Amino acid sequence: MPLRALLIRDIRIALRIGGGALTGVLFFLAVVTLIPFALGPDLALLRRIGPAILWLGALLASLLTLDRLFADDQADGSLDLLLTGRTPLELVVVTKAFAHWLTTGLPLVIAAPVLGIMLNLEPDALVIVMLTLLAGTPALTFIGVIGAALAATLRRGGLLLPILILPLTVPVLIFGVSAANATLTGPMPFGTPFAILCALTLFSMVIGPFAAATTLRQGAE
Amino acid sequence: MNLGQHASFIVAAYVIAIAVVGALVIWVIADSRTQKRMLADLESRGARRAGEREP
Amino acid sequence: MALIDLANPTRFLTLATRVLPWLVGLTLALFAVGLYLTFFVAPDDYQQGAVVKIMFIHVPNAWLSMFVWGVMCVAALGTLVWRHPLADVAAKAAAPIGAAFTFLALATGSLWGRPMWGTYWVWDARLTSVLVLFLMYLGIIALWRTVEDPSRAARAAAILTLVGAINIPIIKFSVDWWNTLHQPASVFRAGGSAIDKSILVPLLVMAVAFTLLFLTLHVAAMRNEILRRRIRTLRLLQARMTNAGARA
Repeated sequence: MPLRALLIRDIRIALRIGGGALTGVLFFLAVVTLIPFALGPDLALLRRIGPAILWLGALLASLLTLDRLFADDQADGSLDLLLTGRTPLELVVVTKAFAHWLTTGLPLVIAAPVLGIMLNLEPDALVIVMLTLLAGTPALTFIGVIGAALAATLRRGGLLLPILILPLTVPVLIFGVSAANATLTGPMPFGTPFAILCALTLFSMVIGPFAAATTLRQGAE
Repeated sequence: MNLGQHASFIVAAYVIAIAVVGALVIWVIADSRTQKRMLADLESRGARRAGEREP
Repeated sequence: MALIDLANPTRFLTLATRVLPWLVGLTLALFAVGLYLTFFVAPDDYQQGAVVKIMFIHVPNAWLSMFVWGVMCVAALGTLVWRHPLADVAAKAAAPIGAAFTFLALATGSLWGRPMWGTYWVWDARLTSVLVLFLMYLGIIALWRTVEDPSRAARAAAILTLVGAINIPIIKFSVDWWNTLHQPASVFRAGGSAIDKSILVPLLVMAVAFTLLFLTLHVAAMRNEILRRRIRTLRLLQARMTNAGARA
């Protein structure tokens, strides 16, 4: 199974020294720690905007390590092997994105409740935030692979990635935060925004790999 | 023609529109002059295209 | 002249030179008619008074902000499917013009909002989605300016344009949804009643005038871009010849 080998390889690379697995979580921690310094330690306020802070932090953190998703493979030539290989490039992209999510997205989901306690969130709000992040962070990764592919095919493209990708993540942010806020504030039920969030994730899983694979093929010529 | 109590906003909107469109027009014309001058400069120094092919 | 003839950049240059004066004249004439209708014929709104005159530049710009993205999408298909150099040129020339019109839609909308809403900016659904569109235009322009090789930049920008086009309806939908969730009580709505003919006709004339303005600027900018690429090719050829001469 070439895809399984690729998955294991990518996870190993992310976890070893110099890999990006911990960077995202540390950045998440730093962002969430900084926000009370800007807003003041008002626990009532922090509890009200806590889900939004966690979502914003997770969004920025998952973008942070994305530019290396294909750039490292291109630098050491393994991207050319993947391009010429017999496995469909779209599936390769899905596998690499999944490995990236496992090593950077999933740690964010696990770290979120810990940071949520520091933001004075109620236990049931913690569960809800975790659930929305679990459903929403794959969408961020799969939208991000398009930017990662662009960054790999263009020299100096890495700096551009957040500018190109952030506008596309607006829907994910809206429905993620709405669903996470449902228990806290709204008359809005949890189900509707959560269902749309899941739909966005599934949709991005289709669009992202195709667009990224096209980008990589076009860039290789 | 009476622009009413909010005349300044109407005037400001039209001024901004004229300024932005004017900037676009000036940019296009200036760019056209620069490119034509550079092309003429290059051609006078004997540079020539190979056939009709574009890069 | 058949469409296939346009495909040749040199043919396009001669055609552009022939067509541009007509386009400029037509644009100016339509603007004269449109502005006359706006200021001397169209009545003031009974609720908004003369402020409604801002609509005659706001709505055409908002329409163009989406129309130009559509033009860029067609060009993107031309780039990816037919590998057409003229499509690359069309996409690149359209981006800054589209960004300028989108900026105008935002600026006039904000100036329209100040007397109506009491503040320059509200996170109204339409304004917010146009703002996201503006950010996407800036991203495309940044992409064009980052990459040195034009055809490589064209393919990257084409993919991003198409991905953006797929996402624009989703963004619009989610911003609408988000807005109804946070809707403040007193927001003015333009779509409440059918638009009267005395307002609709000047609006349509202005919309056509602005579209013609875009076409004029686009053709002129495409001509500039073709010349720029020709200069780039000449320089590369010259450098290669100088190198070969030095080695011989």
